[in-house]
Amino acid sequence: MKGKLRKTPLVLLGFFLLLWLAGVSLGEPTRVLEQAKSICLECIGIG
Amino acid sequence: MYRNRVGMQTVRKLVQAIWIFLMNGFWGFPITGNLYQGPLKVICSPGLNCYSCPAATTYCPIGSLQQLLLSVRFSLETGHYYIGTYVLGGMGLLGASFGRFICGWACPFGFIQELLYKIPSKKYSIPPVLNWCKYGFLLVFVIVLPLFFVDQFDLGKPWFCKYICPAGTLEAGIPMVLLVPDLRTTLGFLYLNKIAILIGVIFWSVVASRPFCRTICPLGAFYALFNRISLVKLDLDKDACTNCKACHKVCPVEIRFNETPGSGECINCMKCMTEACCFDAIYLNVAGYRLGQTRKGPAVISRQ
Repeated sequence: MKGKLRKTPLVLLGFFLLLWLAGVSLGEPTRVLEQAKSICLECIGIG
Repeated sequence: MYRNRVGMQTVRKLVQAIWIFLMNGFWGFPITGNLYQGPLKVICSPGLNCYSCPAATTYCPIGSLQQLLLSVRFSLETGHYYIGTYVLGGMGLLGASFGRFICGWACPFGFIQELLYKIPSKKYSIPPVLNWCKYGFLLVFVIVLPLFFVDQFDLGKPWFCKYICPAGTLEAGIPMVLLVPDLRTTLGFLYLNKIAILIGVIFWSVVASRPFCRTICPLGAFYALFNRISLVKLDLDKDACTNCKACHKVCPVEIRFNETPGSGECINCMKCMTEACCFDAIYLNVAGYRLGQTRKGPAVISRQ
Protein backbone atom coordinates (compact mmCIF):
# COMPACT_ATOMS: atom_id res chain seq x y z
CA MET A 1 0.00 0.00 0.00
CA LYS A 2 1.31 3.41 -0.88
CA GLY A 3 0.17 6.71 0.52
CA LYS A 4 0.43 9.09 3.40
CA LEU A 5 -1.73 9.01 6.50
CA ARG A 6 -4.65 11.45 6.29
CA LYS A 7 -5.15 13.07 9.66
CA THR A 8 -8.40 14.97 9.01
CA PRO A 9 -10.74 11.95 9.31
CA LEU A 10 -8.95 10.86 12.48
CA VAL A 11 -9.38 14.30 14.03
CA LEU A 12 -13.06 14.27 13.04
CA LEU A 13 -13.52 10.80 14.46
CA GLY A 14 -11.94 11.97 17.71
CA PHE A 15 -14.24 14.99 17.83
CA PHE A 16 -17.40 12.99 17.21
CA LEU A 17 -16.32 10.31 19.65
CA LEU A 18 -16.00 13.00 22.33
CA LEU A 19 -19.44 14.33 21.37
CA TRP A 20 -20.88 10.82 21.56
CA LEU A 21 -19.25 10.22 24.95
CA ALA A 22 -20.57 13.54 26.22
CA GLY A 23 -24.07 12.41 25.21
CA VAL A 24 -23.57 9.10 26.98
CA SER A 25 -22.39 10.81 30.16
CA LEU A 26 -25.44 13.10 30.10
CA GLY A 27 -27.76 10.12 29.90
CA GLU A 28 -29.01 10.84 26.41
CA PRO A 29 -29.09 7.17 25.30
CA THR A 30 -31.85 6.53 27.85
CA ARG A 31 -33.93 9.32 26.32
CA VAL A 32 -33.23 8.09 22.78
CA LEU A 33 -34.22 4.58 23.79
CA GLU A 34 -37.46 5.84 25.37
CA GLN A 35 -38.37 7.64 22.17
CA ALA A 36 -37.41 4.79 19.86
CA LYS A 37 -39.36 2.23 21.87
CA SER A 38 -42.66 4.00 21.39
CA ILE A 39 -44.56 4.67 18.19
CA CYS A 40 -44.27 8.30 17.20
CA LEU A 41 -47.70 8.75 15.63
CA GLU A 42 -46.95 12.33 14.71
CA CYS A 43 -43.79 11.18 12.92
CA ILE A 44 -45.59 8.71 10.70
CA GLY A 45 -48.36 11.05 9.67
CA ILE A 46 -51.00 9.98 12.18
CA GLY A 47 -52.40 12.28 14.81
CA MET B 1 -12.26 -2.52 -23.35
CA TYR B 2 -13.15 -3.52 -19.88
CA ARG B 3 -12.31 -5.89 -17.13
CA ASN B 4 -14.76 -8.37 -15.71
CA ARG B 5 -15.23 -6.97 -12.21
CA VAL B 6 -19.01 -6.64 -12.28
CA GLY B 7 -19.33 -9.05 -9.35
CA MET B 8 -18.86 -6.09 -7.02
CA GLN B 9 -22.36 -4.80 -7.76
CA THR B 10 -23.81 -8.19 -6.86
CA VAL B 11 -21.89 -8.03 -3.60
CA ARG B 12 -23.28 -4.55 -3.02
CA LYS B 13 -26.85 -5.70 -3.55
CA LEU B 14 -26.24 -8.51 -1.08
CA VAL B 15 -24.79 -6.10 1.48
CA GLN B 16 -27.76 -3.75 1.02
CA ALA B 17 -30.17 -6.64 1.57
CA ILE B 18 -28.30 -7.72 4.70
CA TRP B 19 -28.48 -4.18 6.10
CA ILE B 20 -32.23 -4.04 5.49
CA PHE B 21 -32.64 -7.18 7.57
CA LEU B 22 -30.23 -6.01 10.26
CA MET B 23 -32.06 -2.73 10.68
CA ASN B 24 -35.47 -4.39 10.43
CA GLY B 25 -34.84 -7.72 12.10
CA PHE B 26 -37.78 -7.90 14.49
CA TRP B 27 -40.22 -10.22 12.80
CA GLY B 28 -42.25 -10.93 15.92
CA PHE B 29 -44.41 -7.83 15.45
CA PRO B 30 -47.43 -9.63 13.93
CA ILE B 31 -47.58 -11.67 17.15
CA THR B 32 -46.81 -8.93 19.66
CA GLY B 33 -48.88 -6.36 17.75
CA ASN B 34 -46.26 -3.78 18.59
CA LEU B 35 -42.88 -2.53 17.46
CA TYR B 36 -39.55 -3.79 18.77
CA GLN B 37 -38.81 -2.35 22.22
CA GLY B 38 -35.51 -4.01 23.08
CA PRO B 39 -32.12 -2.51 23.98
CA LEU B 40 -30.76 -2.54 20.42
CA LYS B 41 -32.78 0.59 19.79
CA VAL B 42 -30.05 2.57 21.47
CA ILE B 43 -27.90 1.89 18.38
CA CYS B 44 -27.82 4.41 15.55
CA SER B 45 -29.16 3.16 12.24
CA PRO B 46 -26.58 4.06 9.56
CA GLY B 47 -29.22 4.61 6.88
CA LEU B 48 -32.60 6.30 6.88
CA ASN B 49 -34.82 3.75 8.59
CA CYS B 50 -37.84 4.83 10.63
CA TYR B 51 -37.72 3.63 14.24
CA SER B 52 -41.49 3.46 14.31
CA CYS B 53 -41.30 0.69 11.73
CA PRO B 54 -42.63 -2.37 13.62
CA ALA B 55 -39.59 -4.43 12.60
CA ALA B 56 -36.96 -1.70 13.24
CA THR B 57 -34.18 -2.71 15.61
CA THR B 58 -32.26 0.58 15.70
CA TYR B 59 -33.08 4.28 15.99
CA CYS B 60 -33.24 6.62 13.02
CA PRO B 61 -30.68 9.41 13.52
CA ILE B 62 -32.79 11.99 11.70
CA GLY B 63 -35.92 11.14 13.70
CA SER B 64 -34.08 11.07 17.02
CA LEU B 65 -32.19 14.29 16.33
CA GLN B 66 -35.44 16.11 15.65
CA GLN B 67 -37.04 14.66 18.80
CA LEU B 68 -34.14 15.88 20.93
CA LEU B 69 -34.00 19.31 19.31
CA LEU B 70 -37.74 19.93 19.53
CA SER B 71 -37.68 19.29 23.27
CA VAL B 72 -34.32 20.87 24.05
CA ARG B 73 -35.84 23.79 26.01
CA PHE B 74 -38.03 21.48 28.03
CA SER B 75 -35.02 19.26 28.76
CA LEU B 76 -32.92 22.16 29.96
CA GLU B 77 -35.75 23.54 32.08
CA THR B 78 -36.14 20.16 33.78
CA GLY B 79 -32.44 19.88 34.52
CA HIS B 80 -31.50 17.50 31.72
CA TYR B 81 -29.01 18.17 28.98
CA TYR B 82 -30.46 16.18 26.13
CA ILE B 83 -29.20 18.42 23.37
CA GLY B 84 -28.50 15.80 20.74
CA THR B 85 -24.79 15.19 21.32
CA TYR B 86 -25.21 11.41 21.49
CA VAL B 87 -27.14 11.26 18.22
CA LEU B 88 -24.96 13.82 16.46
CA GLY B 89 -21.85 12.02 17.73
CA GLY B 90 -23.13 8.72 16.35
CA MET B 91 -23.99 10.28 13.00
CA GLY B 92 -20.61 12.01 12.87
CA LEU B 93 -18.71 8.81 13.66
CA LEU B 94 -20.48 7.08 10.79
CA GLY B 95 -20.05 10.03 8.44
CA ALA B 96 -16.38 10.60 9.23
CA SER B 97 -15.70 6.89 8.75
CA PHE B 98 -17.66 6.12 5.62
CA GLY B 99 -19.18 9.31 4.15
CA ARG B 100 -21.83 8.38 1.63
CA PHE B 101 -20.69 4.76 1.37
CA ILE B 102 -23.60 4.30 3.76
CA CYS B 103 -26.03 5.64 1.13
CA GLY B 104 -24.71 3.27 -1.50
CA TRP B 105 -24.26 0.20 0.65
CA ALA B 106 -26.42 0.31 3.78
CA CYS B 107 -29.50 2.50 3.32
CA PRO B 108 -32.80 0.59 3.06
CA PHE B 109 -34.63 3.43 1.36
CA GLY B 110 -31.80 3.87 -1.13
CA PHE B 111 -31.99 0.16 -1.95
CA ILE B 112 -35.74 0.40 -2.48
CA GLN B 113 -35.22 3.27 -4.91
CA GLU B 114 -32.62 1.26 -6.81
CA LEU B 115 -35.08 -1.61 -7.18
CA LEU B 116 -37.79 0.78 -8.38
CA TYR B 117 -35.43 2.21 -10.98
CA LYS B 118 -35.10 -1.26 -12.49
CA ILE B 119 -38.75 -1.12 -13.59
CA PRO B 120 -38.66 -0.60 -17.36
CA SER B 121 -39.72 2.93 -18.31
CA LYS B 122 -38.38 6.04 -19.96
CA LYS B 123 -35.58 7.41 -17.75
CA TYR B 124 -34.92 11.06 -16.96
CA SER B 125 -31.99 12.87 -15.42
CA ILE B 126 -32.30 15.19 -12.42
CA PRO B 127 -31.19 18.82 -12.83
CA PRO B 128 -28.04 19.23 -10.71
CA VAL B 129 -29.41 22.36 -9.06
CA LEU B 130 -32.00 20.19 -7.24
CA ASN B 131 -29.16 18.39 -5.45
CA TRP B 132 -28.82 21.43 -3.21
CA CYS B 133 -32.37 21.01 -1.87
CA LYS B 134 -31.37 18.21 0.49
CA TYR B 135 -29.10 20.58 2.41
CA GLY B 136 -32.11 22.89 2.80
CA PHE B 137 -34.20 20.01 4.15
CA LEU B 138 -31.44 19.18 6.65
CA LEU B 139 -31.03 22.74 7.81
CA VAL B 140 -34.65 23.90 7.79
CA PHE B 141 -36.81 20.83 8.47
CA VAL B 142 -34.46 18.88 10.74
CA ILE B 143 -32.70 21.64 12.68
CA VAL B 144 -34.22 25.13 12.46
CA LEU B 145 -37.98 24.41 12.51
CA PRO B 146 -37.93 21.77 15.30
CA LEU B 147 -35.58 23.94 17.34
CA PHE B 148 -37.20 27.35 16.99
CA PHE B 149 -40.89 26.88 16.15
CA VAL B 150 -42.21 25.88 19.55
CA ASP B 151 -45.65 25.89 21.17
CA GLN B 152 -46.70 27.30 24.54
CA PHE B 153 -45.07 24.32 26.25
CA ASP B 154 -41.72 25.06 24.59
CA LEU B 155 -42.04 21.98 22.41
CA GLY B 156 -41.49 21.92 18.67
CA LYS B 157 -42.48 19.39 16.03
CA PRO B 158 -40.53 16.77 14.10
CA TRP B 159 -41.10 18.69 10.87
CA PHE B 160 -39.26 16.42 8.47
CA CYS B 161 -40.80 13.21 9.83
CA LYS B 162 -44.24 14.73 10.19
CA TYR B 163 -44.61 16.46 6.85
CA ILE B 164 -42.06 14.96 4.45
CA CYS B 165 -40.37 11.64 5.17
CA PRO B 166 -41.63 9.04 2.68
CA ALA B 167 -39.39 6.38 4.27
CA GLY B 168 -41.37 6.76 7.50
CA THR B 169 -44.66 6.44 5.62
CA LEU B 170 -43.53 3.31 3.80
CA GLU B 171 -41.78 1.62 6.70
CA ALA B 172 -43.99 2.73 9.59
CA GLY B 173 -47.10 4.70 8.56
CA ILE B 174 -48.62 2.04 6.34
CA PRO B 175 -47.55 -1.03 8.37
CA MET B 176 -48.73 0.44 11.68
CA VAL B 177 -52.14 1.31 10.23
CA LEU B 178 -52.44 -2.27 8.98
CA LEU B 179 -51.19 -3.67 12.28
CA VAL B 180 -53.30 -1.52 14.63
CA PRO B 181 -56.85 -1.12 13.25
CA ASP B 182 -57.74 1.51 15.87
CA LEU B 183 -55.32 3.92 14.23
CA ARG B 184 -57.42 4.01 11.07
CA THR B 185 -60.00 6.24 12.74
CA THR B 186 -57.35 8.92 13.30
CA LEU B 187 -56.20 9.22 9.70
CA GLY B 188 -56.60 12.64 8.15
CA PHE B 189 -55.04 15.21 5.88
CA LEU B 190 -51.59 14.71 7.36
CA TYR B 191 -51.60 11.04 6.43
CA LEU B 192 -52.92 11.72 2.95
CA ASN B 193 -50.20 14.34 2.46
CA LYS B 194 -47.54 11.81 3.39
CA ILE B 195 -49.06 9.12 1.20
CA ALA B 196 -49.08 11.59 -1.70
CA ILE B 197 -45.38 12.37 -1.11
CA LEU B 198 -44.59 8.66 -0.96
CA ILE B 199 -46.43 7.98 -4.22
CA GLY B 200 -44.62 10.91 -5.84
CA VAL B 201 -41.23 9.61 -4.70
CA ILE B 202 -42.06 6.08 -5.87
CA PHE B 203 -43.01 7.28 -9.36
CA TRP B 204 -39.98 9.58 -9.49
CA SER B 205 -37.76 6.64 -8.48
CA VAL B 206 -39.05 4.60 -11.40
CA VAL B 207 -38.10 7.27 -13.94
CA ALA B 208 -35.01 8.77 -12.25
CA SER B 209 -32.16 7.21 -10.31
CA ARG B 210 -32.34 7.69 -6.52
CA PRO B 211 -34.24 10.99 -6.59
CA PHE B 212 -34.92 11.06 -2.84
CA CYS B 213 -31.26 10.50 -1.95
CA ARG B 214 -30.14 13.20 -4.33
CA THR B 215 -32.65 15.94 -3.64
CA ILE B 216 -34.42 15.39 -0.32
CA CYS B 217 -32.59 13.10 2.11
CA PRO B 218 -31.22 15.10 5.09
CA LEU B 219 -29.12 12.15 6.23
CA GLY B 220 -27.55 11.93 2.78
CA ALA B 221 -26.87 15.66 3.01
CA PHE B 222 -25.15 15.18 6.36
CA TYR B 223 -22.97 12.32 5.10
CA ALA B 224 -22.22 14.30 1.94
CA LEU B 225 -20.37 16.84 4.09
CA PHE B 226 -17.80 14.12 4.85
CA ASN B 227 -17.45 12.54 1.42
CA ARG B 228 -14.24 14.36 0.56
CA ILE B 229 -12.53 13.71 3.88
CA SER B 230 -13.98 10.47 5.25
CA LEU B 231 -11.68 7.72 6.47
CA VAL B 232 -12.80 5.44 3.63
CA LYS B 233 -13.42 7.18 0.33
CA LEU B 234 -13.20 6.74 -3.40
CA ASP B 235 -10.27 8.59 -4.87
CA LEU B 236 -8.79 9.40 -8.25
CA ASP B 237 -5.27 8.75 -9.46
CA LYS B 238 -4.93 11.75 -11.77
CA ASP B 239 -1.79 10.33 -13.39
CA ALA B 240 -3.63 7.17 -14.40
CA CYS B 241 -6.81 8.90 -15.58
CA THR B 242 -7.00 9.25 -19.36
CA ASN B 243 -10.20 11.32 -19.28
CA CYS B 244 -11.94 8.62 -21.32
CA LYS B 245 -15.20 9.56 -19.52
CA ALA B 246 -16.21 5.93 -19.01
CA CYS B 247 -16.96 6.77 -15.36
CA HIS B 248 -19.50 9.40 -16.46
CA LYS B 249 -21.56 6.82 -18.31
CA VAL B 250 -22.10 4.34 -15.48
CA CYS B 251 -22.68 6.74 -12.57
CA PRO B 252 -26.18 6.28 -11.10
CA VAL B 253 -26.16 9.79 -9.64
CA GLU B 254 -24.85 11.44 -12.81
CA ILE B 255 -21.60 12.85 -11.51
CA ARG B 256 -18.38 13.07 -13.47
CA PHE B 257 -16.11 11.32 -11.03
CA ASN B 258 -12.83 12.13 -12.74
CA GLU B 259 -13.72 15.84 -12.71
CA THR B 260 -15.12 15.98 -9.17
CA PRO B 261 -13.59 13.20 -7.06
CA GLY B 262 -14.97 13.38 -3.53
CA SER B 263 -18.19 15.01 -4.70
CA GLY B 264 -20.87 15.09 -2.02
CA GLU B 265 -23.26 13.61 -4.55
CA CYS B 266 -21.25 10.40 -4.96
CA ILE B 267 -22.89 7.50 -3.12
CA ASN B 268 -19.70 5.44 -3.47
CA CYS B 269 -21.44 2.53 -5.18
CA MET B 270 -18.07 1.85 -6.86
CA LYS B 271 -19.64 1.21 -10.27
CA CYS B 272 -17.15 3.58 -11.88
CA MET B 273 -14.27 1.75 -10.24
CA THR B 274 -15.43 -1.79 -10.94
CA GLU B 275 -17.38 -1.51 -14.18
CA ALA B 276 -15.97 1.46 -16.05
CA CYS B 277 -12.38 2.44 -15.36
CA CYS B 278 -9.86 0.29 -17.22
CA PHE B 279 -6.85 2.20 -15.96
CA ASP B 280 -7.13 1.71 -12.20
CA ALA B 281 -7.49 5.45 -11.90
CA ILE B 282 -10.30 5.13 -9.36
CA TYR B 283 -9.43 3.42 -6.12
CA LEU B 284 -10.39 2.99 -2.48
CA ASN B 285 -8.52 5.33 -0.20
CA VAL B 286 -8.45 4.23 3.44
CA ALA B 287 -6.96 6.87 5.73
CA GLY B 288 -4.64 7.97 2.93
CA TYR B 289 -3.56 4.52 1.78
CA ARG B 290 -4.56 3.02 -1.50
CA LEU B 291 -6.34 -0.28 -1.11
CA GLY B 292 -5.63 -2.88 -3.77
CA GLN B 293 -2.95 -3.12 -6.38
CA THR B 294 -1.52 -0.26 -8.37
CA ARG B 295 -1.26 -0.81 -12.06
CA LYS B 296 0.66 1.25 -14.53
CA GLY B 297 -1.01 2.02 -17.82
CA PRO B 298 -4.13 0.50 -19.36
CA ALA B 299 -5.35 -2.48 -17.40
CA VAL B 300 -5.82 -5.13 -20.04
CA ILE B 301 -8.06 -5.96 -22.55
CA SER B 302 -9.16 -5.01 -25.92
CA ARG B 303 -12.61 -5.86 -27.13
CA GLN B 304 -12.53 -7.82 -30.35
